[in-house]
Amino acid sequence: MTDAPTLPNYRYVSRKRRTKEDRRFITGRGKFVADVEVPGMKHVAVLPSPHPRANILDIDTSAAMALPGVHYVLTGDELAAETNSLFHGLDLPNVIWHPLAVGMTRYAGEWVAAVVADSRYIAEDAAELIEVDYESLPAAVDSEKMIDGDQPLVHPDHGSNVLFRKTWEWGPVEEDFEAMPHAVSYRARWGRSSTVPIETFGVVAKWDEITEIMDVWASIQMPQYQDQIAAALGMPMNNVRVHNDVDVGGSYGVKRGIKHTVLVSYLAKRLGFPVRFIEDRLDNMSGGDAHGPDRIFDITMAFDDDGVIKSMKIRALDDVGAYPGRAPLQLGKPMTALCGPYRVNSIEYEAISVTSNKTGQVPVRGFGQSPTNFAIETGLERVAKYLGLDRVEVRARNLVRKDEFPWKIPPGSLYDSGDFHAVLESAIKTSNWDDLIARRDALRAEGKLAGVGITTCLEPGGGNNIFEYLFNPKLEITTFVESVLIKVEPTGAITAVMCTTTSGQGHETMVSTIAGEELERDPDTIRVVHGDSLEALPTRSPVASRMTIVLGTATSNAAREIKDKMITIAAYDLGIEKDQVEYADGEFSVRGAPERKLSWAQICHIAHKQFHRMPPGHELGLQAYSVQQVPGAGQLPNEKNEVPLYPCFSFQAHVPLVEIDPDTGKVKLHDYFIAHDCGTAINPDIVRGMIIGGVAHGVGAALYEKFEYDQDGQLLAGTFVDYLLPSAHEIPPVTDIEHCTPSPITSLGQKGSGEGGYLGAPAAVASAVNDALSPYDIEINELPIRARDIEAALHEKTN
Amino acid sequence: MKQVEITLNVNGRACAVTVPPRMTLVDCLRDVLRLTGTHVGCEHGICGACSVMFDGEPVRSCLMFAVQADGHAITTVEGLADEDGEISDLQDSFWECHAMQCGYCTPGMLVASQALLAENPNPDDGDIREAISGNLCRCTGYQQIVEAVKLTAQRRRGVRS
Repeated sequence: MTDAPTLPNYRYVSRKRRTKEDRRFITGRGKFVADVEVPGMKHVAVLPSPHPRANILDIDTSAAMALPGVHYVLTGDELAAETNSLFHGLDLPNVIWHPLAVGMTRYAGEWVAAVVADSRYIAEDAAELIEVDYESLPAAVDSEKMIDGDQPLVHPDHGSNVLFRKTWEWGPVEEDFEAMPHAVSYRARWGRSSTVPIETFGVVAKWDEITEIMDVWASIQMPQYQDQIAAALGMPMNNVRVHNDVDVGGSYGVKRGIKHTVLVSYLAKRLGFPVRFIEDRLDNMSGGDAHGPDRIFDITMAFDDDGVIKSMKIRALDDVGAYPGRAPLQLGKPMTALCGPYRVNSIEYEAISVTSNKTGQVPVRGFGQSPTNFAIETGLERVAKYLGLDRVEVRARNLVRKDEFPWKIPPGSLYDSGDFHAVLESAIKTSNWDDLIARRDALRAEGKLAGVGITTCLEPGGGNNIFEYLFNPKLEITTFVESVLIKVEPTGAITAVMCTTTSGQGHETMVSTIAGEELERDPDTIRVVHGDSLEALPTRSPVASRMTIVLGTATSNAAREIKDKMITIAAYDLGIEKDQVEYADGEFSVRGAPERKLSWAQICHIAHKQFHRMPPGHELGLQAYSVQQVPGAGQLPNEKNEVPLYPCFSFQAHVPLVEIDPDTGKVKLHDYFIAHDCGTAINPDIVRGMIIGGVAHGVGAALYEKFEYDQDGQLLAGTFVDYLLPSAHEIPPVTDIEHCTPSPITSLGQKGSGEGGYLGAPAAVASAVNDALSPYDIEINELPIRARDIEAALHEKTN
Repeated sequence: MKQVEITLNVNGRACAVTVPPRMTLVDCLRDVLRLTGTHVGCEHGICGACSVMFDGEPVRSCLMFAVQADGHAITTVEGLADEDGEISDLQDSFWECHAMQCGYCTPGMLVASQALLAENPNPDDGDIREAISGNLCRCTGYQQIVEAVKLTAQRRRGVRS
């Protein structure tokens, strides 16, 4: 459904159109990394540590090496001696990270050795023959105890398990707290879950000693991948060619296999033949360093008698596992929308990142925003409960109003645009809120537990890693660039070269639709290819709900430049001024004399073949590229540490209805309504899929998914039997209504939509579950809320 | 290691292959026959990405050895289109409804959906969700897949969508 009365009359944009990518997927012709066949390729299996924390005393590889079909067994000592350590976002000179453990293993599942063999089967056989002598040690697993220092040290040379701790204050926090008559304090906890794509991570590397090129095919979604491979291998970046045309079987942030890639690239160079490593499921869940945030929030909100929130104090403690990588920066991105869509005057934010003897954390859909949104929304529920106010009304009273944009929040972000109240109202209307409450009450009358949830939240889109600078001043990076090259061939065919991989977001559809709209050419005839990293223009990869914003704007810019060039050629050839040329539907005609015209094909022919008809000094051919900065970004923080972060803000309101079995605690989602505004939707089917898929992902985080550890540091969820992904049974029908408040700072008013469903659903489902439990005066603010958690809470109350 | 000669009937063609006894069916399809449309997701029978039709029934090809398939008929996603390469109505509906994002679970979803429609030409939403509940999709939240299966059934019954 769409609720957008006054949109421009686009030909292709916002229209129902089939995607470009789906055709290869329905026919089994996608090219995923495991489908890449490089002649002579050998296979890797890794040996994981069974110990959460242990000294490695000795590794005996002789039996493994002796197995027929085995080519090599690599251990951490050799790899560490021959490659540079991997990149961390924080400045941590004494936290050293290599693909294989060196001297000490820091989590159960950490890779200790790698075998290269003729087949994966033989490599696994050989891995079992490696004998490692461990000295097992007690592990550090309790994140709250890290601060006091009474846990074993994960990285002894660092001297503490605290990697980062800093408090920011934006605005007059103490004054605001004193001025407010009320405050609530609460704890919200986000469990260790992740995105867990159905395709694990995989990588193939091939070194050519003559051309000195390291070819890499990988299931990757990562900024600076090529840079980090080159840095670890100690070679110039132009020796590394990442093939961006590999289809990525889902990522949602986590496909950051830099350690896998360095391992495999080193082996390929060392051994002189191509090497491939495809994680199996256990490799992925335990050793792949693909876990997500694991956070404890302690929050106090100060507010008036009407429930209007004036100030917040937020403390977020995040356990990033054994090797931090970029993970601690996930405490930084939420500064972008630290108070959600609400008009808060001041914020204190303490961010604490700790290391533990657990699998490493990587960026997850929203880069830390979903846990933060859940924590903020928990506060809104608390404020409503404290004052006895309606939950919807409390949100409405705090939302930024339509006439207040651009709205600056205390940390400095400028909310670009929106109509939050209309979207909230639409969610209430679409869900038939009063009927929903009546249905809830009817279920309750039958003796069941039932609840209706409500959440409003923002999806910041576009990227801008300036928050990294606030965490590590050495990262003085003020761009988050994306590029495209568009060229029109002599015969008129259009090809766009994008510069990064795709993992289901439909970038080829997006680029072709926007280019087609700008040039008035059918997007189905526009080819979009993924240039490899040696051919590609600057890119920061498809993260941060940013491709439609940054690549989309780049596409508009490049297409507009091509159109301008064609008009210039037409004007010269027709002997008129440029402003006398009219362009429509592939024809360039003289204003007022439409019979005098040149076709698209004729202009292309002139540009490529007829120098004598070209305007003097005009570039031959028809091509344009755009290297696009994040709109509105580029500054360093000011003296108050304020800085505009992500540029575009999509908004949404979620309303689910849940029923809970009082005997088992099992939650059933009956219905799910979402009103959503991401500005101009380039392809409505893609946006809808992102929203609903994001909701499903959020339902998993809210109710089922957790990388559970025991008290000794053993991972208890290494398979799909114990880490539960929602199936079609668990995900309810979702009713989605789209609004459109175009962004004023992108080419067609587009905003991001890749993360939104996931950013709101966990809070919304928790809101519904807690509404269902409210008759028992039970409130659970720790995700996931599993059946057994509910059953235990009910049991305690009723016995 | 010992090798075994077997013959699989894959997508209507007899394929004689020599495989080690422990090779899974999915590895045989992908690595020996190079039919890479069938995907590997979990290798323990939960995700359904490796689903293929085995004598007309959907099975997990990661939970079978190739030698167990000797003499049997297997249909993979590559066999869903007709001989001229024309995609099936089910495939077309998946495209029309954008019933995928990354495309990784799609071949398995198509197999599960084809099996359902063969048994039940008029499934309701609940039937469809039940039929695909053994196949995990991390991208879509399943709704556009349900819509695609429903659209296929409607088209087969001549109902205009």
